[in-house]
Amino acid sequence: MKNTTQTLSRRQILVAGATLSGGMALGLFIPGTARAAAPELEPRYWAEDAPDPREVNAWVVIEPDDSVTLRCPMAEMGQGTGSGLAMLLAEELECRWDNVKVEFASVNRNIRENTLYGDMVAAGSRGIRTTWPYVQQAGASARARLVQAAASKWNVPAAQCEARESKVFHQPSGRSLRYGELVKDAAKIKLSTEPAIKAPEQFKLAGTRQPRLDSAIKSTGQALYGIDTREAGQLYASIMSCPVFGGKLVSVDDSAIQGRRGIKQVVKLDDAVAVVADNYWRANEALKKLKVTWDGGAAAKTDSAQFARDYRDALDGPMVTARNDGDAKSAIAKSAHVVEAVYETPLLAHATMEPCNATVHLQKDRLDVWMGSQSPLQNAKMAAQEAGLKPEQVYFHQLYLGGGFGRRTFGDELRHAVRVAKAGNITQPLQLLWSREQDMRADRYRPQSAIRLKGALSPDGKLEAIFIQSVCGSIQRSTGQKVANGLDPTSLEGIGPSVPYNKVPNWYTGQMLKNTHVPVAYWRSVGGSQNSFYLESFIDELAHAAGKDPLEFRRSLTDRVDSIAVLNKLAEISGWGKPMAAGRGRGISLVENHGAVGGQIAEVTVKPSGEVRVDRVFAATDAYHVVNPNLVDAQIEGGAVFGMSAMLFGEITIQNGAAAQGNFNDYRVARMTDAPEMVTALALTGGRDDKGKPKWGGVGECSTAPIAAAIANAIFAATGKRVRSLPFKNVKLTELSSL
Amino acid sequence: MVTLTVNGQQHQIDVEPEMPLLWALRNEIGLTGTKYGCGIAQCGACTVLMDGHPVRSCMLAVSSVQGREITTIEGLSQNGTLNKVQEAWIAEDVPQCGYCQSGQILSATALLSRTPHPDNSDIDAAMAGNICRCGTYVRIRRAIHRAASDKA
Ligand code: FES
Ligand code: FES
Repeated sequence: MKNTTQTLSRRQILVAGATLSGGMALGLFIPGTARAAAPELEPRYWAEDAPDPREVNAWVVIEPDDSVTLRCPMAEMGQGTGSGLAMLLAEELECRWDNVKVEFASVNRNIRENTLYGDMVAAGSRGIRTTWPYVQQAGASARARLVQAAASKWNVPAAQCEARESKVFHQPSGRSLRYGELVKDAAKIKLSTEPAIKAPEQFKLAGTRQPRLDSAIKSTGQALYGIDTREAGQLYASIMSCPVFGGKLVSVDDSAIQGRRGIKQVVKLDDAVAVVADNYWRANEALKKLKVTWDGGAAAKTDSAQFARDYRDALDGPMVTARNDGDAKSAIAKSAHVVEAVYETPLLAHATMEPCNATVHLQKDRLDVWMGSQSPLQNAKMAAQEAGLKPEQVYFHQLYLGGGFGRRTFGDELRHAVRVAKAGNITQPLQLLWSREQDMRADRYRPQSAIRLKGALSPDGKLEAIFIQSVCGSIQRSTGQKVANGLDPTSLEGIGPSVPYNKVPNWYTGQMLKNTHVPVAYWRSVGGSQNSFYLESFIDELAHAAGKDPLEFRRSLTDRVDSIAVLNKLAEISGWGKPMAAGRGRGISLVENHGAVGGQIAEVTVKPSGEVRVDRVFAATDAYHVVNPNLVDAQIEGGAVFGMSAMLFGEITIQNGAAAQGNFNDYRVARMTDAPEMVTALALTGGRDDKGKPKWGGVGECSTAPIAAAIANAIFAATGKRVRSLPFKNVKLTELSSL
Repeated sequence: MVTLTVNGQQHQIDVEPEMPLLWALRNEIGLTGTKYGCGIAQCGACTVLMDGHPVRSCMLAVSSVQGREITTIEGLSQNGTLNKVQEAWIAEDVPQCGYCQSGQILSATALLSRTPHPDNSDIDAAMAGNICRCGTYVRIRRAIHRAASDKA
């Protein structure tokens, strides 16, 4: 091996990197008192796979020096679930908050020990809202054992002991013991009943604004992502899938790369070709020089213009009823004031900042995987099947994710890595990295859709009925799941049951699922990404047709406490109703998405050329309870920018059956120059669900859904022109007629 | 053999002269803080400083940077102390997934060395080449102003 760094372990590389770079140490000095009280995550994220003798239970490890480690089942892709769960653990465990670490729970152990960490899926804004009971219980149970261990040692009743700040105190005698001194005994204690967990109203730490735990490692280049995996003797592969989705590889002419430096082999799969080399750049350069023949089949004749026509035409075809309150059809037939519009949106790529990649080491009886995944348990099982191994023979090392947005749930990159390693008989560790072009062209996209909305207004401007016909790609169908009764709930989010309004007397939603050969999947905010644009733009159309203020009109459609709280908060923070200069406009949007209600007001400036600048966005959110408002704000800010990017620029078009865009030069995304100012506020209404459990909403997606309509409604306010087709970059505002 | 000066250290590496600096850093020298995002100078994830100026290492052949001082994210902190941009980044909790942030921090560092008190349009101009898919722009702006105000 020429290159000595490749024979070093990861840790050695970090240390070597430190010495080489002149003084960068692993423990960096971080000034500022606010930070001093917070723990830090490690650059390496995954837990060991063997049970740890220091653990109080599978979720919590306490060391002799009192430091606490939480095994987090959720990926870290920027959403900060690990930071939030650490606070919930500290809350119950009554330990010092600056002494909590987080590591990723062992996937292998989860397989061997009856999925004790649950499904480990970090998607659907469910990080906190599905994990809080486990983590709170793990913390409370550990605390109760520590207290019992101290009580036994002192021979006093546990009821006289109190846990606080990583110590157990016996007030009457003034004695105390540190958790680190008690942990060995505590781990052996069996309790007759597990202790109750706290209600959110009892929280002291959770609910307060705290720093996130990984800012330092992510500001110093230390955080390790899947792409940073460097195992001894590691090889690199670059792969290209058949550009036409579902097509096949016919032949490869590799004469142009004969004798090129570092190339190990060309590996052919059914539907892809890969080059393996000793350096990723060499592999990728060689891949570009291959002459490849593909068979795209009939799909190779399709294109986006045809698809768009097909989706619009299907609006006149049969629909499956998804929601039917009252009698919307006859209400509309009888109404003297009907508003009607057709809207449409395109396919979207996820374009995570880190292109998909997986590193595998395939051995006879063992497969090691290093990658960042939103669904590591499912991915590990899939990889086992691909490799011909048992699931418990897979060791999955979770790394930080350079963005997820729904893309990193399927393990397509892992499937590629295992197949290439297997087909190529590669015994060394192999890192397979999708080039940006592969990442964009082999994505599973946000579905394309078209919709027709009708609304009936009474003479005094009340909304009497909504009638919706939707044609949309089905994610369930595309990802091989069962579609029950011809309806896919993911395609209905935001137009079916999950809307923030409850006072529209007649409501019909019908849907026709329509897929093409283009794979579709979850894209941040899922159905809400298109449906909330449709419904909230249309509600705005209705408000204007009724001659009502758009915010007040929305208020008339609901008496839900969450929706009203968000509307009130928006009015309070935004200066809604204040006059704006000519060429400027303000638009509002309100959604329910992944268990939370999110509202936004966008302010835009429209230039005479038709160019639009989003100046400012106000966002109010009701997620009922939240753990860390600082991280919630970050999710709301980022989610809005993500949705704005799609609204203004996002579009994958299909030409000859393949994605036409391949990189950020033709798939434009929001940049600093596009970024609005943001004002965020929480409007938390707390409360309990119908099982009496505290309500927790998701915050990762509820700000992506409303932004498109807020901007479109602001453009209308500024110009009187209605944007009904996205992305906005294709809209010639100057040629659009005013309403 | 190509000789590179990275974070004050000399490295002799045996690679093709046209190999982009990005892959020499990541695969040959073992500094993985510099990230790959597009390979065509569109995203800024691979930004490093060359003699103090921000450059896209994915499009820069190693042969063209010989004799230049390259600074990567790993070289920004001195003697275990973060630079003021990194401090401000942490104080504002800028990173989400964090993948773009090495590039963002290096672009911001270069901006502040040229323009110690940038306004928003200076920030727009200097940072437009660095994409953040997590949408941390609001906090990047705040962190740059904080670093400029020296209260980081
Ligand atoms: S990787 Fe160099 S600019 Fe994107
Ligand atoms: S923090 Fe994720 S891309 Fe910028």
